[in-house]
Amino acid sequence: METVLDIINLGKTYQSAGKTLTVLNNVNFSITDGSTNAIVGPSGSGKTTLLGLCAGLDRSTTGSVVLNGVNLNQLSEDKRAQVRNQYVGFVFQSFQLLPTLTALENVMVPLELRGERNIKTRALDLLDKVGLADRGHHFPTQLSGGEQQRVSIARAFSNQPKILFADEPTGNLDAETSEKIVKLLFELNQDAGTTLILVTHDLELAAKTHRILRIKGGQLVSDEKTQA
Amino acid sequence: MQDNITPTLRRRVSLSWLLKMALRDSRKNRSRLFLFVSSIILGIAALVAIYSFGYNLRNDIDNQAATLIGADLVISGNRPVEKDLQPVLDSLGTDRSQERSFASMVLFSKTGDTRLVQIRALQGKYPYYGAIETAPQQAAQSFRTGKYALVDESLMLQYKAQVNDSLKIGSVTFAIAGVLKQAPGQTGLAAGVAPVVYIPMQYLEKTGLVDKGSRINYNLYYKFDKDTNVDKLADKLGARLDKGNMHYETIQTRKENTGRAFTDLNRFLSLVGFIALLLGCIGVASSTQIYVREKVASIAILRCLGVKAFEAFLIYLIQIAGIGLIGSLIGAALGSAVQYLLPIVLKDFLPFDITVAISWLALGQGVVLGVIISILFALMSLISIRKISPLNTLRAAFEDSRPGRDPLRWLVYILILVFIVLFSYIQLADWQASAAFTIALLIAFFILWITAILLKRVVKTLVQGPWSYLVRQGFANLYRPNNQTTILMVSIGLSTAFICLLVFMQSMLINQVKLSTSGNQPNTVLFDIQTNQEKGVADLTRQFKMPIIQQVPIVTMRLQKINGKSVEDYKKDTSRNSKRWAFGSEYRVSYRNTLTSSEKITDGKWIGEAGDATEIPVSVDDKTAERLALKVGDKLVFNVQGTPMTTVVASLRKVNWNQMGTNFRVLFPTGVLEQAPQFHVLLTHSPSTAVSAKYQQAMVRKYPNISMVDLGLVLTVLDEILDKISYVIRFMSGFSIATGLIVLIASVRISKYQRIKESVLLRTLGGSRRQILWITALEYLFLGALSALTGILLALAGSWLLAKYSFSIPYQVNYLPAIIMFVVTAALTIIIGLLNSRSVLNRPPLEILRSDI
Repeated sequence: METVLDIINLGKTYQSAGKTLTVLNNVNFSITDGSTNAIVGPSGSGKTTLLGLCAGLDRSTTGSVVLNGVNLNQLSEDKRAQVRNQYVGFVFQSFQLLPTLTALENVMVPLELRGERNIKTRALDLLDKVGLADRGHHFPTQLSGGEQQRVSIARAFSNQPKILFADEPTGNLDAETSEKIVKLLFELNQDAGTTLILVTHDLELAAKTHRILRIKGGQLVSDEKTQA
Repeated sequence: MQDNITPTLRRRVSLSWLLKMALRDSRKNRSRLFLFVSSIILGIAALVAIYSFGYNLRNDIDNQAATLIGADLVISGNRPVEKDLQPVLDSLGTDRSQERSFASMVLFSKTGDTRLVQIRALQGKYPYYGAIETAPQQAAQSFRTGKYALVDESLMLQYKAQVNDSLKIGSVTFAIAGVLKQAPGQTGLAAGVAPVVYIPMQYLEKTGLVDKGSRINYNLYYKFDKDTNVDKLADKLGARLDKGNMHYETIQTRKENTGRAFTDLNRFLSLVGFIALLLGCIGVASSTQIYVREKVASIAILRCLGVKAFEAFLIYLIQIAGIGLIGSLIGAALGSAVQYLLPIVLKDFLPFDITVAISWLALGQGVVLGVIISILFALMSLISIRKISPLNTLRAAFEDSRPGRDPLRWLVYILILVFIVLFSYIQLADWQASAAFTIALLIAFFILWITAILLKRVVKTLVQGPWSYLVRQGFANLYRPNNQTTILMVSIGLSTAFICLLVFMQSMLINQVKLSTSGNQPNTVLFDIQTNQEKGVADLTRQFKMPIIQQVPIVTMRLQKINGKSVEDYKKDTSRNSKRWAFGSEYRVSYRNTLTSSEKITDGKWIGEAGDATEIPVSVDDKTAERLALKVGDKLVFNVQGTPMTTVVASLRKVNWNQMGTNFRVLFPTGVLEQAPQFHVLLTHSPSTAVSAKYQQAMVRKYPNISMVDLGLVLTVLDEILDKISYVIRFMSGFSIATGLIVLIASVRISKYQRIKESVLLRTLGGSRRQILWITALEYLFLGALSALTGILLALAGSWLLAKYSFSIPYQVNYLPAIIMFVVTAALTIIIGLLNSRSVLNRPPLEILRSDI
C-alpha cells in the first residue's frame, strides 16, 4: 500500500525559561493510505505535539514530515496552509467551529477556500450524512456538544482529505454521545477511504483502529497492529 | 516516498470570498464593532462641520466681499490727505464718501453715563454695497440730515438709552436717530471692544474734538462704474499712496484678507477637532486590540482550514475598513448637521451672515479621513493576526506572536506619526508648528501612558496589602489581562487636561488685569489733554480726592532717516535685518529726565537732559531697537510735525510693558520738546465705580475733548472677549470631551465581555450583587480620579509654560474649577462604569453562561 505520511527522525524542542525542553525525540513511522491509526500516551507525552507536526500546524526542530509526498519542513506556513486545505481534515476535542458561522457555512469553508462549485449541495449532503440536515442554519452555540462535533466531522470530510487527524474527538462528550460520534467517524472514514490518525487517551477507542502508536516521554515506545 | 517536493497547489482566494467571510464573521459582533467605531464619529463630525463651515464661509466671502467693504475702493490713513495728493484722490470714482473715525467720550444726557466709543463722522452715500442696518430702518439715511447719531446696539442696551435721547459728543448734543445693528464689515466682537457711534461729518468740527494730537483715521470711500478695473487702478496708485502714508483696500484685497483671517480660525478649530478625532483613534486602537484577542481562536481555525496569514489579516482589515466607513458616514452626516450650529457659536466673530449648505467636498474629506484613520490605528493590532498560529486550535494558551519583534509594527507607528504631522501641517501650513503640535501631543500621550503603567504597577503592589476583598478585587481589575486602564487614562486624562488648560488660562489672564488695577495702581487713564487744560484736569482730579499717579507729555512724530538713509531706502533694503512695518508707524514719544521703575538701561548711557548737544541723545526700547536693527550710536532723524530733529541712540532700555503706566518706544531728554505741539496723559486711581462714574461725568462736561479709559470697563470687555473666545474653544473641545466619554463607554462595554465570565463566576460562588457593584465602583472611581488628576496636573504644567513663555504673566491658578472638574470626571466615570455593567449584575448567571458572549 502507498505511504501517505512519513515521519523521519522527528524531534521538537522548546525554549522555556532559558532551558531547552525536548518534547519529541527521534520519532520514526510511516502511515499507509486508507489505514486507521491511534497515537496514545499519557498526558504530556508529546502526542498532541506530534499530531500538530504531522498535520503541518507546526514545524519540527529536527527530522521531517512528508505528507502525501510533500516535505512539510521545507514549506512556509502559508504553503503548509495550502497543503492542509488540499489534503488534511481535522476533528478537534473542543470542536473548533467558527462561532459566527452557521453549521452549513462551517462545512462550506474548506470548499470555498478551494474555489469549488456547487458547494452548498455537497455541504448539505454531508450534514445529512451526520444527521443534521435540518440544522444547517443554526449557529454553533445553538447546538449541543454532540451536534457540534458532528458538524465538525462533516467539515473535516468536506474537502475529501487524504488524511484525517482527530484530537481526542470524544474528550468533551458523554459516553452515549461519544459512542455515536465514534461510529459516525469510522463509518464516514471507511466510506471515503480516508487515512485516519486519532490522538486519544481512550484505549478502547484506540483499539478500534488498525494500529496503535504509543508515545512516552517524547519517544515512540511501541507500534502495534490491532485486531480491528 | 517523494521527499523535497513543493506542492504544485494553486489556490487564490477571491476578494468576494474575503468580503463574504468578513461579513459573516462580523455577524455576531456588529454592535461591538460599532462601539469601536463610535469613538471616531464625533471627531469626524467636528472636522466635517468645520470644513463645511470653512467652505461655506469662503463662498460667502466671495459673494459678500463687496458688502464687507461697502465700496469699490477704500483709501485710509491716519493723517489728513497731503495737498498734492488731494487732486488725484478727488479725480477717482463716480461717487465718493468720506469718514473720520477716532476714540472719544460720549455722554448720555438723560442718565449722565459716559463711555469711550469710536466716533465715525460720515459724509456721502456710503455704503455703496450692503447697508448700515438700523432700527428704525430709515435712520441709516435720516441721521445724515441733522444733528443725529446712530448708536451701537450694545451701547444702547448697556446704558438703557432710547431713540430720540440726547447724546453729547464733545461740544455738540446729538439726538439718537436709531440703533446701529450692523455696519459693513463690522463684527460683534469689534463692537464690544469699541462700540460705534455714527454722526454726520458736517458737525465734526463743531464738536471741537479734532485738535492736534487727536488720533484720527481718515477713510475715503469710492464707487466706480462696472467697467473700471479697480485693482489695477489701485495698484498703480499704491506707491503714491504709500508715500503719503496712506493705504488702500479693494473688494479683492478685502476678500483675500478676510479669507486669510478665517482660514487661520478654521485651521485652529480643525486642530481642536483633530484632537477629538485622535482621542477616538485611541479608542479604535484599543478596541481592535481586544477584538483581535477575542478572535484568536477563530483565526486559528481558519488557518487550520487553509487560510493564509495575509488572507486572515485581510478578512479583519475589511471588517474594520467597512465599519470605519459606516462610522465616518455617520460622523460626516452628523458634522453636516452640526455646522448649522457653528454660525451661532461664531456669530461674534463673523462680519456677515453665513449661508449654511451641505458641502460634499467636506463630507468626502471627512469620510476618507475617517476610513484612513480607523484603518491606520486598527493596523497596530490587525498586523498581529498574521502571527496567529493554527496551533492555537490544539493548545489554547499557545502564544506565537511577539508583537515587539514585528518590524511591521514599527512601520505602522511611523505611518501614524507621519499622518499626524502631515495632517497638522495641512491645518497649520507650518512645519515647525506642526512638529511642535505633534511633540506636545506625544508628550501628553506619553505622560498619561506612563502614569497608567505606573498606576498598574503601584496597584499590583498595593493589592498585596491588608485591604478588604472588595478593595483588592476592585484594584486588581486595573491591571489584570484585557484591562482598559491605559486607554481610559489617556482619553479621560487628555480631555480633562484640555478643558482645565482653557479654564486656567482664562482666569489667569483676567486675574492679571484685575491685579494691575488693584491697590494704588492706576485704573483710569485720561488722554488727549491739551497743554492749556493740564492744570485744570489735575485740579479736578484732586477735587475727587484721586491721586495723580503720572502726568506725561506726548509728542507725535515720524521716523525719517536712520544713519542718513531715508526710511524709503530702508524699506527697499532687504539685506538689512529689520522689520519694514516698524518704520511707517507714528511714534508717540515723551520726554523726562528720569527713568521709571518699569525701565532698565541694557546698553549705552541714559542721558536725561539734552544740554547743548547738537545731536539729541534718545533712549530706545530694546524691542523697537531689534525691529529696526538699531544699536547705540545710530543716528535717527525724526519729523516732529514738519521739523526734522536729529537724534542719536544714547541708550537702549528694557521696558516692562505689563506694568500699568505710560511706556514709550522712544524717550527724549528734557530741554528739547517742551515747545513742540503736544498733548498730555494723566493716570489716576478711582476708589470705586461710583466715584469713577461721577469723575468721568464731571470731566466730560468740563473738558469734552478728553478721552478716558476706565480699566474697570476694559476688564469687563476683556472678560467678555475671553468668554466669547473660550466659548468657541469649549464648543470645539466639547467634541473631545464627548469623544472621551464615548471611548469610556465603549471601553467599559467592550471590557464587559471580558468581565462577564468573572462576574458570573463570582456570583456562582456566592458573591452578592452589592459586592460586585462595589468592586466595579471602586475600579472606576480609582480610574476616573487618577485620570482626572493626571489631566489636571498636565493642564497645570501647560498653563505654567504658557504663562511664563507665551503671556509673560505671573502664574496664579484658580483651583476651584480644577476641583470641580476632578469631582465631575470621577463621578461620571463611576456612573458610566456602573451603568454599563448593569446587565451583568441583573441577569442570572446561568443565562449568561449559556449565551454566546
